[in-house]
Parts: sequence; C-alpha cells; structure tokens
Amino acid sequence: MPTLDKPLTRNVRADGAPVDIAAYERADGYQAVRKALTMAPGDIINLMKQANLRGRGGAGFNTGLKWSFVPMGPDAPTPKYVVCNADEMEPGTFKDRLLLESDPHQLIEGMIIAALAIEATTGYIFLRWEYREAAARIYRALAEAYARGYLGRRVAGSDHAFDLHLHVSGGRYMCGEETGLLNALEGRRANPRTKPPYPQVAGLWGKPTVVNNVETLCNVPHIVLRGADWFKSLSYTADGGTKLYGASGSVRRPGLWELPMGTTVRELLEEHAGGMPDGLKFRGLLPGGASTEFLVEEHLDVRMDFTDVPKAGSRLGTGTMIVLDDRTCPVGMLWNLEHFFAQESCGWCTPCWSGLAWVEQLLARMEEGGGQPGDLEKMEFQTHFLGPGHTFCALAPGAAEPLTSALKYFREDFERHIREHRCPYH
Amino acid sequence: MLTVEERHEIEEELKRYPDRHAVTIDALKIVQRRRGWVTDEALRDVADFLGVSAHDLDGVATFYNLIYRQPVGRHVILVCDSVSCWIRRYDRIREALGTRLGIGFGETTSDGRFTMLPIVCLGACDHAPVLMIDQDLHRDVTPDGVEEILAKYD
Repeated sequence: MPTLDKPLTRNVRADGAPVDIAAYERADGYQAVRKALTMAPGDIINLMKQANLRGRGGAGFNTGLKWSFVPMGPDAPTPKYVVCNADEMEPGTFKDRLLLESDPHQLIEGMIIAALAIEATTGYIFLRWEYREAAARIYRALAEAYARGYLGRRVAGSDHAFDLHLHVSGGRYMCGEETGLLNALEGRRANPRTKPPYPQVAGLWGKPTVVNNVETLCNVPHIVLRGADWFKSLSYTADGGTKLYGASGSVRRPGLWELPMGTTVRELLEEHAGGMPDGLKFRGLLPGGASTEFLVEEHLDVRMDFTDVPKAGSRLGTGTMIVLDDRTCPVGMLWNLEHFFAQESCGWCTPCWSGLAWVEQLLARMEEGGGQPGDLEKMEFQTHFLGPGHTFCALAPGAAEPLTSALKYFREDFERHIREHRCPYH
Repeated sequence: MLTVEERHEIEEELKRYPDRHAVTIDALKIVQRRRGWVTDEALRDVADFLGVSAHDLDGVATFYNLIYRQPVGRHVILVCDSVSCWIRRYDRIREALGTRLGIGFGETTSDGRFTMLPIVCLGACDHAPVLMIDQDLHRDVTPDGVEEILAKYD
C-alpha cells in the first residue's frame, strides 16, 4: 500500500487563495533549493532518474533521463534554459491550473532545482493567456522570490545565478508542443521543429534547453528533500509519485484529486467522481485528454499509470479523464474532437492539415445525416497517415487516437448514422 | 505611431529576452490591450520598432488566435467549445448568448458592446460549461444565468 501523502496539494487552501512566500517557507519551502545547492548537478539528475519521475505533460518520459541529455561542464554551450510548459490546452485537462493558482512557489522552487541540475541561468514559465488568475499570482510569487534572494544573481546566497520570467502566450494548442513552444518563446509561429537535434542539445535560441510540465516540476522539490524511495512509496506501481487525476464530462462530481499513481479507473470514476449522473450509463472515457484512445467497460480495473494504460491500448496522457454517457452521441463527440484538432493544426505537415480537415468533414456530414457507405473506410485510411511517423509533431497522431478507438468500440453507432441517414441520439 | 507608454512597456519586455524578435507577441498584445485590436498601421509601427519585417510580424499576429487583426467589441466573450463543455451542452449557452445578443461566433453587436468567439478548452472542465468575458472566467454557466453575467459588462 502506498503512503497517503499528498505532496503536490499539501498547501492548497480550501478557499483557493495562494500561499505566499512566508507560508511556503514555514512549510519547508525552499529547503529543497538549499539542499540541492549542496549536491552535484549529476547527483540531482540521478536522484530524479531513481525516483522514476515520469513527465506529467502526457508523454511520460523519465525526467532525470531527459535532463541527462543536456551537455555539461566548462565546454557546454551557454546560456542554458529551463522552460516550464504551463500552456495546459489539452481538452479536458485542468490539473496544472490548480498548481499554478494555489502554490506558485512550489513550481518556482522546482524550476530553480532543475536549473541547478543542468546549470541553466535563465528560465521561462510559458503560460496560456486565459489563465489570468495564475498569471497574477505567478508575477507576485516571482517578485517575492526575487526579494528573498531565491532568484537573481545569487540563488539563496550561493554563486549560482538564475533569472526566471513569465511569458504569457497569445493562444494556440501548438504552443504546448515542446518545439512549437520554443518557437513561440522566440516570437515566431508555433510550428514544430525537426528532431533531432532535441531541445536539450539545441533548444531556445539554439542553446541547451529542458522543457518540463508544471506538475513534473512541482514534484522535484519533494524528491530532493525526501528522496527517491519515499517518492516511489507514494505509488501503487513502478512509476513513482502521486498523480493529479481528474474527471469531467458525464460524472456526478467532476473534480481533481491527488492520489497514488496507479489508482484504478474504477476508483476514480465510482468513488471520487461519484459515478454516473442519475439516469445515465457509462459508455467510455478518454483517460488523459482529447488525444488519448477510448477505454470502455472492460478496462475499468486498469491502473492509471504510464505502464498499464498502454497495455489497455491507450495512454495515461494528462490523467484527467473525459467521460461519455449512453445518451450522448459518440459520433458527435468525435466531430467535436476532430474539429478541435483540425482547427489547431498549424498547417506544417500535409497529413495533418489535409487529413484532419477531411476527417472533420466526414464526421460533420455523418452526424447531420449525410453519411455514405465507405466513410468509415475513408476515416480508417486517414488514421494511418495521421499516425506516428508521418508528421513533425504529435498533434496528428494524437488526433488519430480517439478516432481509431471510437471506430473500434462504437462502430455500430457510426454504421447506424450511415444506415438511418440521421443521428439516432437526436 | 506607438505611444510613449506602449514603447516603454515594450522596452520593459525586451529586458527579459536576448533578442528583439522574441518580443513580437508581447508587443502585439501590449498594443492590443490599449487599442482593442491590431490595425495594419499598428502592425507596421511594431515591426519598425522591433526591427522585424511587417510581413513576418503579420505571420506571427495571424497565427495566434488571441491577437485580433479585426476590430472587436468593448468586451470579448470566449465560449469554450471543447469536448467536456460539449458533453455538458455548451451549445445551449451559445444559443442563449446568440438570442440575447443577436450575434453568432465571430460577430460583434451593433452597439459595439460584445464580440463572441469560440475558444478551445479553458481548463476548468470540472465546472463545465465555462466561458470568459475579458479577464473573467465564468463557471457552471446556465442558459438562464447568461443575462446576469452579461449585465456586469457595460
């Protein structure tokens, strides 16, 4: 059994107000920075590897391993950058908002430690414009951290310098894609970049850069203070830590909960989200945002982590599930999802801008009663080209995931739309 | 012409980045915050000030959905049309707004008070359906509650 610590949300107040720096320090805040200053950068990186902290933005890459690709030592290119991806735009995802609004110092401390680990001297928090309250609170927290000497020329009195800035975005889902984000920070269109080179080697302005998600970075101070074994003890599975899980859509109590990594879909759905609303039955869910594959009834006992969800044919993604009931049309839902992806395609890769527009039109026509025999085959044809390996970034493969799985689990719904020339849910 | 205040604000942003091009988005937002939207003239002025080409800058301006290259009303309503709000019937909110204001997405009321736009997931899905007006997030919106929300904005 995991210990039931909730490190990420321990400072979250019931009234939603943020903790200021004094309250944060009283709760051992910035002690992890002091400890990290006594450690060699390589030791911080190894600690993250041992803790098996996997990226909470959705890809689940080992954070320590990601940091270890940054060139180190006197010959390494400088300056190096730490960037926090606070662009939270994956539909159905609302977890980073809580961390940003309620405990901004936790993120700042995580970023300082990341900077010490890779010897970075500048950092940016890349925040979506719509998070206005978070922006105000981050500005205030940054000013407090500078005033107390945790940021600036001498981090906590040491010889290490670290400047941290807030960049407020101008919109677009593509900014959440790591290399698109870097282009946006450079003041360009957020098109993806070719990889390799990876950002750790050549990122922001061509310099070594790590980009990490908010929740990932918020875990870092706790791991430094309490160790890898403690972090692993928080989880049911081999993926360390807790996870901020959420549920929205058709559930009785939509919400957000910090729970042991590996909590089952059933526990989240039935206990925490209170089950289905009255009169509605469970049909399926997207486990971690719009760009994950559907899970259905047979998957309710799957553990929500980076290892077990893929075995069930999907991904943990952001861990915030979107629930579909039996009175809502799966074809309509897919139309909504693919409309989003088609709209947010940056236009860089043909399978994406062309394929998604085609898929959206087929779904729109089908939902409005004009579906034709052969439409499902056309969509399956498109999912092949939208899939991995045909585009620069993960937008198109992400768009293909709900579609491929919906065609599998809700095929009869699609066929009825074509057969009956109407949406049977209306 | 950029105003003294606009220039000053853009200069402040420049301190946070190693090159002038990085400030394009911030500079456009600074101009838009003061003028409501980015005119062709303002675009050229920002381009001159930053030393980037106006065509390049327009490429940036038109990429980002929250930078407006057309006039908008005094208040901008951003209605979330993503999946969790869709499941929670955001279409009823859109209809209520449309009926009350006589506009659809992308349109501005004839008195210039409101512009209504769709927006991708606002990250408040546990309170769907949601919308933003200017800087404010409105959660758990109901069709009947629309009138009361709108009344707060002159």
